[in-house]
Amino acid sequence: MIKAWQWLQQLIGEHSASFGSIIPPNDHKALSNQQPVRRLRPSAGDELILPLQQHRGDKPKLNVRPGDYVYKGQMLAHADTANSAKNTRCVPLHASTSGTITTIADRPIAHPSGLNDTCVILQADGLDQYGADGLMPALANYTELDSACLRQRIRDAGIVGLGGAVFPAAIKLAVNPQRPVDTLIINGAECEPYITCDDVLMRDKAAEILAGAQIMLHILQADDDPAADSITRRCLLGVEANKPQAISSLRAALAPLDDPRLEVVVVPTQYPAGGEKQLIHALTGKEVPTGGRPADKGIICHNVATARAIYRAVVLGEPLISRYVTLTGAGVAQPGNVDVPLGLRVGALLGATPPDAQLIMGGPMMGLTLHSAQIPVVKATNCILVNPLSAKPAALPCIRCGQCAQHCPAGLLPQQLYWYAQARDFAKAERHALFDCIECGCCAYVCPSHIPLVDYYRFAKAEIQSQRTAKAKAEHARKRHDFHQERLERAQRERTERLAKHKQKAQSHNSGQQQDAIQAALARAKAKKAQQQLQAKASTRNDQEPTA
Amino acid sequence: MNVTPPTAPYLRQANQSVDGLMRQVIYALLPGTLVMLWYFGWGIVTNLVMGIGFALLLEASMLRLRAKALSLFLQDYSVVVTAWLLALALPAFAPWWLLLIAMVFAVVIAKHLYGGLGQNPFNPAMVGYAAVLVSFPLEMTRWVAPLDLSFMHISLSESLQAVGATLNQTRWDAITLATPLDTVKTALFSGHTLPLSEAQHLLSAAGLSTEMINLAFLAGGLWLWYRRVISWHIPLALLLALTLSAAVFWLWDAQHYPSPLFHLLSGGTMLTAFFIATDPVSASTTPVGKLLYAAGIGLFTYLIRTWGAYPDAFAFAVIIMNMAVPLLDAYTRPRVYGH
Ligand code: SF4
Ligand code: SF4
Repeated sequence: MIKAWQWLQQLIGEHSASFGSIIPPNDHKALSNQQPVRRLRPSAGDELILPLQQHRGDKPKLNVRPGDYVYKGQMLAHADTANSAKNTRCVPLHASTSGTITTIADRPIAHPSGLNDTCVILQADGLDQYGADGLMPALANYTELDSACLRQRIRDAGIVGLGGAVFPAAIKLAVNPQRPVDTLIINGAECEPYITCDDVLMRDKAAEILAGAQIMLHILQADDDPAADSITRRCLLGVEANKPQAISSLRAALAPLDDPRLEVVVVPTQYPAGGEKQLIHALTGKEVPTGGRPADKGIICHNVATARAIYRAVVLGEPLISRYVTLTGAGVAQPGNVDVPLGLRVGALLGATPPDAQLIMGGPMMGLTLHSAQIPVVKATNCILVNPLSAKPAALPCIRCGQCAQHCPAGLLPQQLYWYAQARDFAKAERHALFDCIECGCCAYVCPSHIPLVDYYRFAKAEIQSQRTAKAKAEHARKRHDFHQERLERAQRERTERLAKHKQKAQSHNSGQQQDAIQAALARAKAKKAQQQLQAKASTRNDQEPTA
Repeated sequence: MNVTPPTAPYLRQANQSVDGLMRQVIYALLPGTLVMLWYFGWGIVTNLVMGIGFALLLEASMLRLRAKALSLFLQDYSVVVTAWLLALALPAFAPWWLLLIAMVFAVVIAKHLYGGLGQNPFNPAMVGYAAVLVSFPLEMTRWVAPLDLSFMHISLSESLQAVGATLNQTRWDAITLATPLDTVKTALFSGHTLPLSEAQHLLSAAGLSTEMINLAFLAGGLWLWYRRVISWHIPLALLLALTLSAAVFWLWDAQHYPSPLFHLLSGGTMLTAFFIATDPVSASTTPVGKLLYAAGIGLFTYLIRTWGAYPDAFAFAVIIMNMAVPLLDAYTRPRVYGH
């Protein structure tokens, strides 16, 4: 009965079993996944630009100064451990090659605001050499270590989510003991057109990815109270069906491991199959509750490149200083994947680009337009897409065709959100679950009126956030004012109470003597007053002295 | 190049545009239009040419008045589709002033006074149709008898004469004919049983022509569905609701109530189901909302056809359900992921 109902809902298109998606007719992946990976190493004199903050969280603290010589893998900035609460969202930064720190300055970074941020500028000496303390000690026997120690290593290696979210990986692996994680998902879907860096990584480094997954499983296991541990853990590697070579190489690497916990699962090719929530739904049928995290459902999700980085950090002691980047698009002379040290300028990867080209960091659905080729490759950079710049078609009014809603993977009504955002009716937009929008761009992709829908959602979200901040600030100010006011009142009250008490005390203790004294004083005052009117005030003060 | 800094997504679905959609609707209208040409000849040509001409003029002047980009909006073809549908819905050989009045109601009142493309709560073509139907019931119910290869029987000059006729001029009454729907209704009202048997109905000259026309629109509509310009929700729910309500009464009393098949293939059933009710602007947008919206149209059509004062009922049924759309949309919001 329930089955029939679900089937009916699915048939009607009520999002219950299937959420929307798009299937672009050409994924443009063959453009870059046919060539072997090129390994780029900085030559002497190359300038590497290393933004201090390449992750979501707080800035690390600098360890170096201009003029310092650094070895490859040396820590340039450390996670601030003085303030442990803040420290949790911070990862260190390492030198991606050996050379000299020339300056520490603000440089353009890949950010929608186009603003500059603090960067360490490292001039390579071309030796690309590890120093004595360049590599961390290898922890090949990691199964004997506890999870806290391994998480510390993952943080020390500067590892963040390499799928693009750049969230510190160690934090994701720290699980609430009340809600143990039973499913680890390794995301190899790579659903966005053009991008192939995960595809070739899975082909070339399948064994390292699987080893990374095993380390993560160990971390999740070790967190448990051994007595209470009755959950069976599994790891699902989700790969889109359009990557047969990656799938077979993962399966080939899996066979000799003989680890029943690991399984490669093929998911249908559609965008955004690799969205965290979408992949979780495809692999487990579970939905992450709105505002919650996958861990609430006993799931955590890491990208394949993150898994590999974890393997290298734990077993080889290597920090995260390079990554695979896809160079692709009609404007790239030599498309393909490159293994790049972080900090190399995008322009240096591409060589000559056509003058009218548009530089995009990321894919064609969610990528960010770069305003300059001087912007460096960072931990979040999975792809550089160069296509001829084309004018956007003029937008027509929404014709309510509902195409957007049909393709929205979050099950939203994008046309309504657009309407509310345009009318600045943010409360309604929020009620229509604006913050469940993952900005995947499916709606704008299909919209026949060519409305830049996602721009409106970004605008509305930013407005709501700034309103919230302003409100919080105002609230804070109000509280402070109230507190200040109350403190003044209290001080006043206490003083009057104290005065009253003193008065009482003085009166009750020696009322007789005092009375005489007052009488005498009064008499004196009278006499004085008679003598000299001007001294009246002073004499009054004298009178009061005994009582005060 | 002067372009605003582009933002994600940079990729757009190829050939996905309002004018592309509208053009496909026009292609899908061609089979039905051709069959109508076969039966009504110049009467359809004059309807289409004058109707679309008027509509374009009105659209252009409204755009000018509202200071909108003429080229951008005239190219979206939406007004052509509106005019085309309305021209086909009006009786063939409709006089010019009838067409003009209908187009004024459709384009000026129903569309632009509500804010233009995408803003109209009511289906413009149906507003135009309903307006002239209540104002000029006589002109609206007189259909020229369908003739095979009509071009050969009624010449262009004769047609132009008819089209140029003023309100009180008589127009070739000799060859006008009540539509099958009309015949049935007259019989029902006068308490008679159906004048012709079911089979006779389906095979009579008038019967055959409407069936052919409906089948041709069905074919065009299925192509639209195949091209994913429309979803299946609205046509299916509409036809199902009409069939079911017709079936109930037909099974109860076949002497007085025609069969579901008759209803499916009479009047503007297929044109409405696939082309008019599916107008995205004035229809519900959620899946369940669409089903309810279309079922409502089917039901109201049956009720008005059977007991209302007008021969065909789609215009009123569509307008009634247009009014329910905001409510339907609000109560049938699909579930959001994770809620
Ligand atoms: S796809 Fe575009 S035109 Fe269609 S309903 Fe959504 S926003 Fe409106
Ligand atoms: S960008 Fe947001 S509203 Fe648009 S399809 Fe993606 S999740 Fe839905």
